[in-house]
Amino acid sequence: MKNSFRAALIAASLLLGVATTWANTDGIAWDKAPNKTNDLAALQNGAKLFVNYCLNCHSAAFMRYNRLRDIGLTEQQIKDNLLFTTEKVGDTMKAAIDPKQAKEWFGGNPPDLTVIARSRSGDKGSGADYIYTYLRSYYRDDTKATGWNNLAFPNVGMPHVLWQLQGERSAVFEEIEAHEKKTEVFKQWQQLSSGTLTPLQYDQAVADLVGYLQWMSDPTQNDRIRLGVWVMLFLLVFTFVAWRLNAAFWKNVK
Amino acid sequence: MAEMKEISPNAPLADKALNWVDNRFPASKLFKEHLSEYYAPKNFNFWYFFGSLALLVLVIQIVTGIFLVMHYKPDAAQAFASVEYIMRDVPWGWLMRTTHSTGASAFFIVVYLHMFRGLLYGSYRKPRELIWIFGCAIFLCLMGEAFFGYLLPWGQMSYWGAQVIVNLFAAIPFIGPDLALLIRGDYVVSDATLNRFFSFHVIAIPLVLLGLVAAHILALHEVGSNNPDGVEIKAKKDARGIPLDGIPFHPYYTVHDILGVSVFLLVFSAIVFFAPEAGGYFLEYNNFIPADSLKTPLHIAPVWYFTPYYSMLRATTDQMVYALAAIVVVASLWVLVKAKLGPVLKGLVVVAAAVLIALLLTLDAKFWGVVTMGGAVVILFFLPWLDQSPVKSIRYRPDWHKAIYAVFVLFFFVLGYLGIQPPTPTGTFIAQVGTLLYFAFFLLMPWWSRLGTFKPVPDRVSFVAH
Amino acid sequence: MSEATLSGPVDKEKRTWLIASCAMGGAGAVAVAVPFVQTFTPSERAKAAGAAVEVDISNLKPGEKLTVEWRGKPVWVVRRTPEQVAALKKNDTQLADPQSARKPDELTPVYARNEGRSIKPEILVVVGICSHLGCSPSDKFQPGAQPSLPDDWNGGFLCPCHGSTFDLAGRVFKNKPAPDNLEVPQHMYLSDTRLIIGEDKKA
Repeated sequence: MKNSFRAALIAASLLLGVATTWANTDGIAWDKAPNKTNDLAALQNGAKLFVNYCLNCHSAAFMRYNRLRDIGLTEQQIKDNLLFTTEKVGDTMKAAIDPKQAKEWFGGNPPDLTVIARSRSGDKGSGADYIYTYLRSYYRDDTKATGWNNLAFPNVGMPHVLWQLQGERSAVFEEIEAHEKKTEVFKQWQQLSSGTLTPLQYDQAVADLVGYLQWMSDPTQNDRIRLGVWVMLFLLVFTFVAWRLNAAFWKNVK
Repeated sequence: MAEMKEISPNAPLADKALNWVDNRFPASKLFKEHLSEYYAPKNFNFWYFFGSLALLVLVIQIVTGIFLVMHYKPDAAQAFASVEYIMRDVPWGWLMRTTHSTGASAFFIVVYLHMFRGLLYGSYRKPRELIWIFGCAIFLCLMGEAFFGYLLPWGQMSYWGAQVIVNLFAAIPFIGPDLALLIRGDYVVSDATLNRFFSFHVIAIPLVLLGLVAAHILALHEVGSNNPDGVEIKAKKDARGIPLDGIPFHPYYTVHDILGVSVFLLVFSAIVFFAPEAGGYFLEYNNFIPADSLKTPLHIAPVWYFTPYYSMLRATTDQMVYALAAIVVVASLWVLVKAKLGPVLKGLVVVAAAVLIALLLTLDAKFWGVVTMGGAVVILFFLPWLDQSPVKSIRYRPDWHKAIYAVFVLFFFVLGYLGIQPPTPTGTFIAQVGTLLYFAFFLLMPWWSRLGTFKPVPDRVSFVAH
Repeated sequence: MSEATLSGPVDKEKRTWLIASCAMGGAGAVAVAVPFVQTFTPSERAKAAGAAVEVDISNLKPGEKLTVEWRGKPVWVVRRTPEQVAALKKNDTQLADPQSARKPDELTPVYARNEGRSIKPEILVVVGICSHLGCSPSDKFQPGAQPSLPDDWNGGFLCPCHGSTFDLAGRVFKNKPAPDNLEVPQHMYLSDTRLIIGEDKKA
């Protein structure tokens, strides 16, 4: 029985492996976001970028300012540098904008960002990968109301809030014929005006911001993993003890 | 005064206390009957861990559930926020939540493995049919419990998953739409639905589950456990009436199960602490978006443990219904030719087949999809009567029976995988084949379970000393 | 029953592993219990809601009182007139606890252990909840005889529920149902006109 069961499992996993290559992969691929969740300096920089660029329109309604102590900021630093919409460090991060105005200007209420890095995960990568790609894929498009379009989220209603850092770019497309259909495929970027950061600096800034978003979506993750190591160690030892205890009782059974 | 058992006044205090209780409550009697003098076969293997693990997971879910309810708000406007409140603001709330979400998936893994053990060793055979039936009822309740619980976080998957499944009930002819309205308490899934699902999930079904689990264990203890050899240990007893191949559950299996629990907790904790989302299967990504009644996510799939049955539901297309009608024709013809039935019964078979075919061709394929999905679970109840094999355990069955079980398992996994993916023509075809094989496994079992050369079953269990 | 364990020598191996597993199991059980019990403690939301409150007293005139909410409780800030401050000593013999000696850690922070029970002699900061059964006393700042008040009344508070009286330093009078003085909460001055209730860094 065991052999045919094992065979069945192997067959099932092969089938799964083959089948995943059939999975749907339209749209651009997502770049891998650098892992910054343990880099406190990066997270703090990301927090600064978040408060300055994102909180104007987006809220992070489940995130309290004083939680930023977990990434190494003191309450005084938070009060001095990051509190714009409130005076109390225990308050949650509300957007500066009035939701009704946001709906009027953008056609919809900008989504809350507290758990955005968890919600956008998919088969192309993690939510952080998506946001990292998204924030680096804006291009000028005068056919859009905001003047901007995005390769990762075509026809997005959000403008490129970081444009001053990155500068303006346009996207060059080329026509490709595939399956007897002509489609436009992205070919390369064209820088129209320079930003205050070099492309490398911009990528790093976005990585910091994405790292912050990833941390904010699950602030206990670092503690959770640390605690998990101790739990596993305890359970490994306990399993050994339980195994010997079992053997001590069963040695008498014939 | 009732007949009280006397105890010497010089006895230790603990013994006197126990005697006081025993004179008023069957404490020692229950302990002996169900633990220290309940004789279980000594040849339990790895597959026998999952019963006690299922009980452990039930306790984990109830305890973490109690602590979650202290902070959760069953209100459509507050539910999503209250879950984030638990994850961030409540001290250790994140541990309560991730343990509960991992526990839900762990429950199904453990229960599927526990049921599979039953399949392997014929644990549902006489005189254990009722244990199996209680178990199937527990499985049904578990599916309901998971379904109702999944609405509570009020994310996009919660909302739309509930919307889709409740609409399935609307597919039932005549009473469907009203039934769906009754279940929802509103025209769409809304706050009314959330509140009643909260009641079902927190109180109604847990109470039923506890009762069924008690009945399941009582029924088991009444007849005694089966074992991997399918040998009835009560057939050979010693001079004191104790089965020769039996050992007291306590301390042998209490200690044995501690080991099982420890290994389970290792795997469980690894998930809780290192990968609670489990690639989006235990905590689905779309559920981190608050429910939006105006926007359906691109890809709705039920949680992984429902996907085999969901696959069968989706596979029941119009074309599949024609195939089913054809099968009804073939099956009834076979019965008419082969079975020894009187003319009245044969007439009834013809009428029943005709009615069934008529219904198949007139009612919506959607309805038959619901019937298929429900039927796939209900057919489990009949297993004790479908299995006509002369031996209980797969160990003594012809080797090719093992291949049949392997194919059954393989297709269960394949159906599960297909249920997660968006539908494609090839996928649907494979799911249809899988559905037919699933039902054939059970419906043809009275026939194939009797075929082949069976090995002689020993009268003592095969046991290797540890 | 496995009689082998009742008669004969103790199985040392079994005993060792039994002790080891019980000890580890017990420790594990306690470790698991800790997070569950801790979920009972105030959440971040409760702590944020209970955070310190800033009060601007620049517009508070002598003889006036303002009320702020802190941790769900009313906190009174009274700017006492010089006459009211002087009159505080006269009440001492009629007070149950004139030196605020009772329950000092609960009711009177170190910087308030003085006649006026305050940091600045003219500003009183007290929690406006009667120490009897929790009603909020009414203002009776007018000196002189009034219903339910003695003839030599120097100003203070009267609790409408059971008649307890407090002076303008929040001290309870003798023979009243209330046992204790009104609580002086943690507080400190950020400037001459800004006061923060709920915090005192110089504890």
